[in-house]
Amino acid sequence: MPYDTQPLGGDKFPATRWSVIDAARSGDAGEREHALAALFAAYWRPVYKYVRIRWNRPAEDAQDLTQGFFAELLERDLLAKYDPAKSRLRTYLRVCADSFVMNQDKAASRQKRGGNILHVALDFQQAEGELREQVVDPAAIPSPESMEEFFEKEWIRSLFTLAVEDLRLLCEQRNRGKTFLLFEEYDLDGAPDVSYDELARRHGVPVTDVTNALAWARREFRRIATDRLREICGSHDEFQRELLSVFGKKALEGKA
Amino acid sequence: MKFLSDKALHRLRDAGGERPGTQGNGADLPDLAGTRYALIERVARGGMGVVYAAKDERLDRRVALKVLDVEDGGGDLARRLLREAQVLARLEHPGIVPVHDVGTLQDGRVFYTMKFVEGRRLDKHLESVESVPDRLRLFLRICEAIAFAHARSVLHRDLKPANVMVGSFGEVLVLDWGLAKILTTPTSSATNDDPEATIVDAAPTMTGANEVTEGAATTAHGTVMGTPGYMSPEQARGDNERVDERSDIFSLGALLRFLLTRESPRTTPGAKSANALPDKSLEAICAKASATDRRARYASVTELSTDVSRYLDGLPISARRETLFDKTVRFYRRNSVAILLIAAYLAMRVLLLLISHR
Repeated sequence: MPYDTQPLGGDKFPATRWSVIDAARSGDAGEREHALAALFAAYWRPVYKYVRIRWNRPAEDAQDLTQGFFAELLERDLLAKYDPAKSRLRTYLRVCADSFVMNQDKAASRQKRGGNILHVALDFQQAEGELREQVVDPAAIPSPESMEEFFEKEWIRSLFTLAVEDLRLLCEQRNRGKTFLLFEEYDLDGAPDVSYDELARRHGVPVTDVTNALAWARREFRRIATDRLREICGSHDEFQRELLSVFGKKALEGKA
Repeated sequence: MKFLSDKALHRLRDAGGERPGTQGNGADLPDLAGTRYALIERVARGGMGVVYAAKDERLDRRVALKVLDVEDGGGDLARRLLREAQVLARLEHPGIVPVHDVGTLQDGRVFYTMKFVEGRRLDKHLESVESVPDRLRLFLRICEAIAFAHARSVLHRDLKPANVMVGSFGEVLVLDWGLAKILTTPTSSATNDDPEATIVDAAPTMTGANEVTEGAATTAHGTVMGTPGYMSPEQARGDNERVDERSDIFSLGALLRFLLTRESPRTTPGAKSANALPDKSLEAICAKASATDRRARYASVTELSTDVSRYLDGLPISARRETLFDKTVRFYRRNSVAILLIAAYLAMRVLLLLISHR
C-alpha cells in the first residue's frame, strides 16, 4: 500500500496528532518520521503540480525536482528553520520550492538524493493525469498571484484527497460501504440533477437513510480533514487560519 | 486515489455541501439512521450538546433532539446526558420541558428527544414586556417550575435568562437541566436505582460567562459549575457540599433583577447595577434572594414567590420592615381607586354643602 493511502493513526479514529513542526523537532525518531511522512503525503502533489505549472518543467523534470525538494527538506533540516510567527507553513514550503528549483542545475545529484532518502510512493502518473483533467496549460505564463492561489487550491485538493481516502477506509472498517458510495455519488461525482430521492431509488433505501448516511459521511470527512490539517500546520494559530481558508467561517463555529 | 474535481472541492469546502432544494445537511449533523426521527435543522448549541429540530416519523410531530457533540472518551458525558434525560423525565410539570425518548445513534452518541418549544428566550421576550407586574408574573411562573423541581429534590444550578423559554402561547419553560443535581434519592416510583444519583458527574467546568468546557469524570469538591453572576458564591467557590435549594434561590434573585432592569448581573464583588430597581421592596426581595450568606436568603422558592405575590397584591413583604410612611404609600397604592372615589365623594359633598348654604 502506498504511504498516502494509509490512514494516519492506524485503526483508531479519531487520532490526536502532533503539529508537524513539533514532531519534526522531536527526539523520537518514529514520531518524527510519521510527521514528515504526513507532511510529504499532503504536499507532494501541490509541489509537483506547482513545479510543472509555475516553472513550466516537463513531467520528468518536475518529478525529479519534487523528489529532490523533499530530500533537501530533510537534508538541510528546513522544517527546523521554519518560524510559524513569520508565515504559514504552506507559504514557507512554496517559497522553499521556488528557491530549490532556481538553484538546481545538476539533475543527476537530485536523482541520487531523492532516490535514497524518500520512501514515499509518489504516483506522478496520476498527478499528471489530474493536471490534464484540470485543463491547465503548462505553457501559459502564470502571474505570481495566480500561482499562489493555484498552490493553495492544489494543497486543499491534496488534503481532501487524503481525507476522502481515509473516509473510504473508515467506511470499509465499519461496514459502511453503501455510505461511502452515496457520499461518492452525491458529493464527489454528483451531477447537478442528482437528488436524494434519485439516490434513494437507485440504492433501494429510504430517503431518510440517504440523508443520514450523507450527514455522517460529511461529518466524518470534515473531522478527518481537520485532523490531517492540524497535523500539517506549524502552530495552533496557523491551524485556525488554515481552517478558515479550507472550510470558511463555518469551520470556526464548530468544534474544530 | 480518486481525483477530486473543482466542483467536488467546492462542495466539500462548504462544510457539508448543501445544495438548493435538498434537505440541507451540514457536516456536523447526527446520523439518525435506524431511529424514528428525521433531522430538520439545528436550533441551539450548548456546552456539550447540540439541539436539533427533528420529526418523529411515527407520531408525525416535531421534537427537539439533543445529542452529544463533543469528544467523550470515557463515556462520562454520555452518562451525564442520560442523567439529564432521567431528571427531566421525573419532572413532569408544565414549566419544565417534557422528555419523550432516549437512545443511542449508530455512531454511538447518546441522544434524547423532548417537546419542541416554539418561542423566544426570556431575554428576547422581555423586549415586548414593558410592565413590571407582567415581568413579575413571568418570574412567578419560573419559580413554580423550580419549586416543583426542589420538591422532587432536584436543583437546576444554571438558572439564567438563556435557560428560560417563553412559548408562543405565553407558557414559560425552564430548559437545560444539564447541570442539575439530585439532592437525595426520592422514594417515588420514578426514582433512580443509583443511590448516588447525581448529575454532578462530568459536569462542565465554568470558564467564562457563556463558555463551558467539559470537566472530569467525577465532580470533585472544588469543581465550579454555572454561570458567573447567576451562580451563588458557594457554587462559584466549588463548594458543592453547600450547594442546595438556596443556591438556586440566589440565581432566581439574579434572574429577578435581570427581569426588572434587563441588565446582566455584575460579576465583580461590590459592583452596583447601572439601572435601579422600581422600588425599595423589589430591591429588598432581590437582595434577600441573592444574599452572599446563604443563611440570609429565602429558605425556599415558595417563600420567595410568596413575597413577590404579596408585592403584586400590595401587601407587606417579609424581606423588608416598613416605616409608617412606607405603609401609608403602600396602603394608598393598594387602595388608590377606593381612596380617590371616597375623596371625590367627600369633595362633592362639601361642594354641595357649600352651595346649599349660600
